[in-house]
Amino acid sequence: MAAVDHVTMQIKNGEFFSMLGSSGCGKTTSLRMIAGFEWPTDGEVYIEGKAMGHTPPFQRKVNTVFQSYALFQHMTIFQNVAFGLEMEGAKEEEIKKRVGRALDMVQLTGMDRRKPKQLSGGQQQRVALARALVKTPDVLLLDEPLGALDLKLRKEMQLELKALQQQLGITFIYVTHDQEEALTMSDRIAVMSKGKVQQMGTPVEVYERPANKFVADFIGESNFLEGKIKSISKDEASVFIPGLNAELVGVPISEGLVKGEEVNVCIRPEKVRIADKHVVNQNMFHARVTNTVYIGADTHIYVDVNGAKLKVLEQNRISRLDPKSFYTVGQEVWLMLMPENTLVLKKD
Amino acid sequence: MNPFRRSPFVIAAAVLVYVFLYAPIVGLILYSFNASRANVTFEGFIPAYSENVVMDGSLVLSSPCGPFHWYCDLAKNDDVAEAAGNTLTIAFTATIIATVIGTMAALALQRYNFKMKPFSQLALYIPIVIPEIVMGIGVLTLFSQFFGWANTTFGLEGDARLSLGMATVTMSHIAFMVPFVTLVVQARLQGFDKSFEEAAMDLGANEWTTFRRVTLPMILPGIMSGALLAFTLSLDDFVITFFTNGPGSTTLPIYVYGLLRRIITPQVNALSTVWILVVFFAVLLLQILQNRDSKQHS
Amino acid sequence: MLQRLRENKSAQGTLLALPTTVWLFVLLIIPLILTLVVSFGKRSPDGNVIYSFTLDNYVRLFGYSTDCPEGQASCFDPLYVNILGRSLSLAFNTTFFVISLAYPLAYFIARAHPKQRNMYLFMVLIPLWTNFVIRVYAWMMLLRKEGAINIILGWIMNALNIPFTPLEMLYTPGAVLVGMIYEFLPFMILPIYTSLEKIDTSLYEAAADLGANSIKTFLRVTLPLSMPGVVAGTILVFIPVMGTFIVSDILGGRQVILVGNLIQRQFLDARDPTFGSAASLILMVLTLIVTYFYTRKFGFGEEIVVA
Repeated sequence: MAAVDHVTMQIKNGEFFSMLGSSGCGKTTSLRMIAGFEWPTDGEVYIEGKAMGHTPPFQRKVNTVFQSYALFQHMTIFQNVAFGLEMEGAKEEEIKKRVGRALDMVQLTGMDRRKPKQLSGGQQQRVALARALVKTPDVLLLDEPLGALDLKLRKEMQLELKALQQQLGITFIYVTHDQEEALTMSDRIAVMSKGKVQQMGTPVEVYERPANKFVADFIGESNFLEGKIKSISKDEASVFIPGLNAELVGVPISEGLVKGEEVNVCIRPEKVRIADKHVVNQNMFHARVTNTVYIGADTHIYVDVNGAKLKVLEQNRISRLDPKSFYTVGQEVWLMLMPENTLVLKKD
Repeated sequence: MNPFRRSPFVIAAAVLVYVFLYAPIVGLILYSFNASRANVTFEGFIPAYSENVVMDGSLVLSSPCGPFHWYCDLAKNDDVAEAAGNTLTIAFTATIIATVIGTMAALALQRYNFKMKPFSQLALYIPIVIPEIVMGIGVLTLFSQFFGWANTTFGLEGDARLSLGMATVTMSHIAFMVPFVTLVVQARLQGFDKSFEEAAMDLGANEWTTFRRVTLPMILPGIMSGALLAFTLSLDDFVITFFTNGPGSTTLPIYVYGLLRRIITPQVNALSTVWILVVFFAVLLLQILQNRDSKQHS
Repeated sequence: MLQRLRENKSAQGTLLALPTTVWLFVLLIIPLILTLVVSFGKRSPDGNVIYSFTLDNYVRLFGYSTDCPEGQASCFDPLYVNILGRSLSLAFNTTFFVISLAYPLAYFIARAHPKQRNMYLFMVLIPLWTNFVIRVYAWMMLLRKEGAINIILGWIMNALNIPFTPLEMLYTPGAVLVGMIYEFLPFMILPIYTSLEKIDTSLYEAAADLGANSIKTFLRVTLPLSMPGVVAGTILVFIPVMGTFIVSDILGGRQVILVGNLIQRQFLDARDPTFGSAASLILMVLTLIVTYFYTRKFGFGEEIVVA
């Protein structure tokens, strides 16, 4: 079985591009093929328009920040960063100047004489970054570079990396399994699974218009309701949901769906509106609260609609100190599924 | 495609080194079938089976065992059997004692601070950094001086006289084996997570039960490899044994060495071949066990 | 009682370490001290030791002789100094050749497919576990005038039509060197392999990524990172080579006398334990000095345990 199969990605110059997926989805293999550590058995890798699939890594103008950093323990920070320049045959003066600048850029000024083991994880990560960037590559590859850092540092580094990328204008190709990280930094994201690209698009596109159930489920959370298309008019449809024993009217659909087709109706928890009164006639459903979970900024409300379980997310815009200000378990409520916020997906 | 292929130079060098490692062994095995008793040149295999050994000068023409004549000869050699028995007795006894006290020392050094710790540590490093012969003549001097003194002081005579033998060899073997056991077990203990023990104590086990039920099983692979190393060191040892053995405690290496200085018949090759085969199957078995062990743990 | 022991960590440690420490004290430290004492003694006519304090043995070892020509009272006899020098240079040469043979093989194994590595290592272990004495004997058979090497050389020369007389290889310094290399080669392969195998493959990738080709990667990354293995192997090879006497005894005959042979003969043939003890201490000091300077330069190899 191939780790990567029929993956076609076109990454633009100066773009921050992420490959997102769980382990074994082929994202790292794709990255290693761009770096030259692995060679494709079929297909080709083009860098700056040139076929490079079978060029050894040391002849590519592409550099990598490794997941484990891969710093040379027997060399000082300076020697680590200078290594790549020495390999180019740069002059000593120039090496000194460029290494100094690279270390300044990652805020490690004055650390050049230390050994990697004497630095913290975050600092080692910066050395790895400086070591790759000092070569001024056409493309910088980053293989889950923030995985070993703690949450707070990771968030800081995300913003720093993004700023650095914008400042340098170099193409960054970033591999991660963390959807939030990908959404935070990327211009475009390729969501990958089982060696295939499931969807490629901007963060807004992949979140708001997931191409299939996998993407809808993998990025963010989704409520899925099984249904059947009852009628289609122009680009709107009525979908009968057996679970609700009701019909959703005026739902926008994508092309290729036909009347009578079984579909998944998908709606994000934060897009479900909840009310204690019946307001409109269409797309409003009677429900009962089964559980509420308060998590600070939001409250998750689990409801039961005729046996179908849905999750609703409400922002805590006002203080919830007074329990009466909010929904309680057992309470009868009304859910509104706004057609423009739902998505009809083909059944896999 | 893997861009990190091994270069043909490395492969060629590796093949040559393997040839260097195995050529002598192959030669050794081949000559164990030599028809020539003088064993200087290879005169071909012993061609035929017969009821009695038929010889022409130093050439064996036929034998009850055919080409395996020298192996049958070996089997009838009581000296070899005795030497083999001695070797194994010494190796087993010494390994058991060295493993027990070496493991204790490893625990002490890895986990406790005590006054004589620097001294123990130093003593454990000495056998590794001094040539074996220095230790060999040291213990020889100790034993001979002590025995001389004891025999005259207590008027020991006849069989009661203290002299070099199985006991002195075994004791000396333990002395040079212990450091290796300790080092191996210590390495294993270094990676040992103390929270396993804390968990056991938390669940109500006392120190001894914790050690027996949690610590020991977890470091057992380390102890076993330490014991194995010690065992092979003992089997292989020549120098220490050479200086500390006496009548009746000849080991196989000493026996073979004695033969090499006198007459060498293909019997020595037969003995070597048997030894190599035993080692081969022992190592093979060990590898299989280890592989199974590591598979279970992964 | 138990409660007191439970609270006293220091006593627990002492108790655990006691058997080993006592054992090593009696059978290692005392013998070394005894060797030192004996080395200052004199030999009695029947080969026993007369305890005294004389530096005669050391003086003799470093070349002072009273057995001189032309009625001189004393003169310099280089016999023993030469033996020490020969042992040292043999140990250095052996170590050098062993490293050059072991490194490529260790590299080969470390870079083999993980599934094949065990088999290749297994093939190194077999000769290692075959007895030391048997291994010397095997070389004795190969190096003899009628041995396999001469036979094969004969075939080659014959095929090339070059007249060939069998070479006298046994009982030469070369034979001893080859024997030593063979004996100790596995002790170098294993630690070097261990340190090579420890190197994270992402370091090779990082080097390649930064523009280093395979030769530069080897020189700048692989070699420096495998030095602990080379150091450990050197200690495991150099020290025993300095003291071994069987290899020179069997493959060198009476031609190649090393410190080991000198010491052994003092105890068994010449029966002068005092002189043997002095030689043994000089040998120990010599190895310790070399090991000390070597490890101070390169660090003490962690891989020493592995073999």
